[in-house]
Amino acid sequence: MSENRNIIELIDIYKAFGAQQVLKGLNLGIPKGQTTVIIGRSGGGKSVMLKHMIGLIKPDQGQVMVGGGDIVRMSDHQLNQVRRRFGMLFQEAALFDSMTVMDNVAFPLREHTNLKEKQVREVVSEKLAMVGLPGVEHKMPSELSGGMRKRVGLARAIALEPEIILYDEPTTGLDPPLSAAINRLIADTQEKLGVTSVVISHDIEGAYQVGQNIAMLYHGKIIAQGTPDQIRDSSDEVVQQFIHGRPEGPIDVI
Amino acid sequence: MGFMRPMEYVGGKFLRWLDEAGELLLLFIQSVLWLLRPPFRFSQIMKQMEFVGIGSLGVTILTGAFTGGVFALQSYHGFSLFGAESLVGSTVALALTRELGPVLTSLMVTGRAGSAMAAELGTMRVTEQVDALYVMAVNPVQYLVVPRILASVAMLPVLTVIADFVGIVGAYVVGVGLLGINHGIFISKIIEYMDFSDISMGLVKAAFFGLILSLVGCYKGFYTSGGAEGVGRATTRAVVLGSVLILASDYVLTAIMF
Repeated sequence: MSENRNIIELIDIYKAFGAQQVLKGLNLGIPKGQTTVIIGRSGGGKSVMLKHMIGLIKPDQGQVMVGGGDIVRMSDHQLNQVRRRFGMLFQEAALFDSMTVMDNVAFPLREHTNLKEKQVREVVSEKLAMVGLPGVEHKMPSELSGGMRKRVGLARAIALEPEIILYDEPTTGLDPPLSAAINRLIADTQEKLGVTSVVISHDIEGAYQVGQNIAMLYHGKIIAQGTPDQIRDSSDEVVQQFIHGRPEGPIDVI
Repeated sequence: MGFMRPMEYVGGKFLRWLDEAGELLLLFIQSVLWLLRPPFRFSQIMKQMEFVGIGSLGVTILTGAFTGGVFALQSYHGFSLFGAESLVGSTVALALTRELGPVLTSLMVTGRAGSAMAAELGTMRVTEQVDALYVMAVNPVQYLVVPRILASVAMLPVLTVIADFVGIVGAYVVGVGLLGINHGIFISKIIEYMDFSDISMGLVKAAFFGLILSLVGCYKGFYTSGGAEGVGRATTRAVVLGSVLILASDYVLTAIMF
């Protein structure tokens, strides 16, 4: 894959926490304008990998190229410029629990734009309507269900109309209809805004639904990457065991 | 090899302590640097001043009043043995303004606001709200830590003045009202023996204690890990470390200033 087609490139990333080596020479390119789903085992380092892409975690070794620049070697100021191109939906949404939904979604707008308060409110209402939650502006995050919180988190992530959206396990812990709704929301957001999306998941059906591109993380490396069909037809035994959810195979299940 | 064990233990503790001191200092330096860079977050600062200042008013008044009252009672018993009851007012006033006002107020605020800072920032850390700030290109030291430190440094002297005043009133009520010390003598001895520097030095201490309790509270919260248990641990440690540092630095500051 050429440099220009990939908006994010992780190159030979190593990362350990204490004695535990989580990423071991990981290479991955994220194609621009598409949705890439990263599948892999729970606790296998998927979130760690995602957090490398936005500089929340720095690698012990390796490069993280975003739009051609290596964010590992950037100053805080430069890194903040890059971060403004991103939106991120956290696993538990990470809404500020001392603020209303309105203030949460308005937060990036008030920080980084000169919009008047009236315009801010309009944008917030528009984004909340996009995620299917009109009229919840005055609620506190604690009054919302898990699925609603995730949707507010997504509204906040897209408030500044980012080029890239990172989703950390957007459907984990949700019931199947809600998971499907969130998956549709991810696909819709990608279609409407034409963004690059990176989705972390261990929900293989969801991955087929939203991803134009699927990569599998195993033992700290990307062992397979391709279209949903290519992944489905992969000859790799680890991939086959994972996507079919078999207990026997090369993946050591305890 | 057996005798190495205790040395390892002591050495390990010492290294961890050094680590902690270094991290605390780094957070302080970062806070000072971010303090000088716009945007200045006035609404956050006002919110924290309300929390630290107005919120601690009740506990400060109660602490001051009872401390002044009991101090008057105790010193009256001692001084009456050699007929020096007239000095109760000035003794209490000096002790309050120089020592008890700043120290007790700071300890109470550490328990109330320092612990709350650790719990709040700790919860934000473990629920990824701190990461969310980074992702939205907002520095959490600037957004969360700096306003808390500024508010504490500004409000602790104010609370201390109130504690000093209420304490002296408490001593007056006990000394003049209950124990029958002459009103005129009580007041005139305070004026005679107390300098303005006794009050102002006490306030400098209070501002310094405000820095300690907020920095420690934020530090423990900011570096929390390990879920709800971690938040609980951070809160406890913020109170313990904050209180110990206040008492230890009180000695050093007193030795330097008076």
